[in-house]
Amino acid sequence: MTTPKDFGFNDDINMLKDTYAKFLLEQNTIEALRPSLSGTEDPYHGAPRQAFFDTQNWQKTVELGMHAVAIPEAQGGIGMGLVAATAIAEEIGRHALPTPLSNNLLATFLLRAADTQPARQLLEEMAEGASVGLALYGEDGSLEADSTDVALREGKLVGTAWYVTDAQKCEILIVAARTQDGIDLFRVNQRDTTVSVKPDRIVDLTRDQAGITFASSDTTPLTEYGQGAQCLNDALPALLTLTAADIAGAAEWQLQTTADYAKVRQQFERPIGFFQAVKHPIVDMMIAVDETRSLVYQAAAAFDFDPEDAARCAHLAKSSASDTAEFCANRSTQLHGGIGFTWEADVQIYHKRQMHSQFMFGDGVWQREKLADLL
Amino acid sequence: MSDKALSSEQAEFQAFCRAWLQENKPAPHPTPLPQAAYEVTDPSHLAYLTEWQAKCYEAGLIASDLPQNYGGHGMTGCQQIASAEVRAAGVPYFINWIGLGMAVPTLLECGTEAQKETFLPPIFSAEHIWCQGFSEPGAGSDLASLQASAVKEGDQWVINGSKVWTSLGHFAQYMLLLARQDKSDKYGGITYFLAPMDQPGITVKPIHKMTGESGFNEVFLDNAIVGDHLRVGNVGDGWKVAMATLTSERGAGVGVGAVAGESPMLVMAQVIQLAKDTRRNGRRVWDDPVWRDRIVKVYERTEASLYNGRRARIKALNGGAMRIPLQGKLTGSEISQSLHQIALGILGLKSSLYVGDENAPANGKWPLGYMNTYTGTISGGSSEIQRNILGERVLGLAKSK
Repeated sequence: MTTPKDFGFNDDINMLKDTYAKFLLEQNTIEALRPSLSGTEDPYHGAPRQAFFDTQNWQKTVELGMHAVAIPEAQGGIGMGLVAATAIAEEIGRHALPTPLSNNLLATFLLRAADTQPARQLLEEMAEGASVGLALYGEDGSLEADSTDVALREGKLVGTAWYVTDAQKCEILIVAARTQDGIDLFRVNQRDTTVSVKPDRIVDLTRDQAGITFASSDTTPLTEYGQGAQCLNDALPALLTLTAADIAGAAEWQLQTTADYAKVRQQFERPIGFFQAVKHPIVDMMIAVDETRSLVYQAAAAFDFDPEDAARCAHLAKSSASDTAEFCANRSTQLHGGIGFTWEADVQIYHKRQMHSQFMFGDGVWQREKLADLL
Repeated sequence: MSDKALSSEQAEFQAFCRAWLQENKPAPHPTPLPQAAYEVTDPSHLAYLTEWQAKCYEAGLIASDLPQNYGGHGMTGCQQIASAEVRAAGVPYFINWIGLGMAVPTLLECGTEAQKETFLPPIFSAEHIWCQGFSEPGAGSDLASLQASAVKEGDQWVINGSKVWTSLGHFAQYMLLLARQDKSDKYGGITYFLAPMDQPGITVKPIHKMTGESGFNEVFLDNAIVGDHLRVGNVGDGWKVAMATLTSERGAGVGVGAVAGESPMLVMAQVIQLAKDTRRNGRRVWDDPVWRDRIVKVYERTEASLYNGRRARIKALNGGAMRIPLQGKLTGSEISQSLHQIALGILGLKSSLYVGDENAPANGKWPLGYMNTYTGTISGGSSEIQRNILGERVLGLAKSK
């Protein structure tokens, strides 16, 4: 099996990507985010930050059909694959967009891997516009499936799920929980009275995060007989690739923004991009971004066209992306000088998103550990 | 390369290449060949490698896609296939790498019809070995400061000056030569020539490198004569023509035949195997998590280069035609250097054993190869110059000079 020369980016997908990119440009999402950040600057005395959620943006996203690209046609979706979802995730990253769409794309692939009747049911609801979050992590934040601190007791969920991304933007949760058979995935209504959401105070200004405690919550199993671990494992290449695509989009923004700044900012009677101490690290950002982008596209193509190679390619993509996130964030702030270090600069918003994304679903070191086992 | 994306003609050609290479792979030369074409100094190596290249040319693996009046084979979409198969077959490299990699693309882009018809076929067959006369003792990264002079006398030019780092100069019949016809115009004062090497006005003297090898030379031009019909482009357009050569040297040009030896993927696989086969502190180096992380990080970059190559050809994804191709020389040479550094680290003290020591792993291949990676990071525009080019031409930053 091999992947297509164009990584599966056919005309339909290019058009989809262009449509979504144009929509986000018009929305000017960073500007929309700005007002909600004011008053939260002071980490010691500032108010707890409210989760920014532009419901109109989400509504329009659903009208455009972006939420349903990878949902199978049988469940009312468009029936495209990870290549299409990756194209969208890259645009989300480029605009550092706070949106339930990120989670919905991840959840789509998790549910496709589960492939049970309740999973298909949930995909149908997502095609109608339902938003879904992922509650997979235990307190140590490790990705290993058995790290969950939630358990099934007499048919109900008890315990706490940690680091639930965008918990305040979703209605339904997919929860990894321990059962007598191992790990399974469960569906919980986030607004159930037995479910309490405790928002985390996080660095990333473009997402929200929470610890979610289940006090004997009603639930529907999405997988059974301990198949949840296998399902997570099967979907992992998609989760890694989508997260890496977000990073790639954001890193490309960091590259272009930093290059643009180096063209206009004058010191010593010259634009600072004249100086090799500035020029060369910007080129290094480009090299990092390009390596990540190529690996991301290959990972998406492998998932859709060459599944046996999907895990290797996805670990490669996220390994590269995590390091690129750290490097481009670092250089973007440094090369902007004092202004890059301020609250009012957009680079700080992207910097913090990258700091968060870098560790989602495992950092570079973790990916390389997994990769080495495949070599 | 995706097999299903090949046309039936291409698929047939690919199968032919595979079978032909299998069948015609030459027996090893009695004494080991140097690691790359630019290190060859032994005339018996030259003879062996010339015969090999001529044979590959005859079979259609070189100049596959070029028209027949230039000595090409007139196929379409086949060169990439041939080059990939040659690289994967574990066969000797092509000796005439400057001819294939630089002279051919330069002539195709800027040469006259007569020049193309005369000079291309003997480059393909390695009948004429080529060298490059760009750098001078005082003109390295700042190439345009070159001083070799060209004075027109009748229908010929008289050249005086000296060139340096001239790989294969000791074997070459022709040199791609830059010389200055106007001292008052730095960039517009340069003209590009095809200089015959076999003449009294040219002396070639070997330079010994840190590896002990002497594949490159100093070349002294003392009233050397070049006919005006051997000028490429207009008088004063030499810098522009040189850019065509350098674009090819840096991996961004149209390929006419594989010039590289072992592919990065092959070297990568060897390094992973080395880590699995080497034991230290009671365990395989591969089982040491610190080393695994270092090795896999370079593996990630090697794979990225591979897919960068594919993405460069996709308009919707490449971010501009030159963005990825112009990175090729820089990233390729730096990744190769990291790979060799890691190989030395895996071997530890064993890496001290050099070529010719009976206990040297792989006959000293790794320390020798490591030192030779500086050829990649310094020649053809150093990595620092590459970063200037990328910053200026791709990102539009202010020109450093």
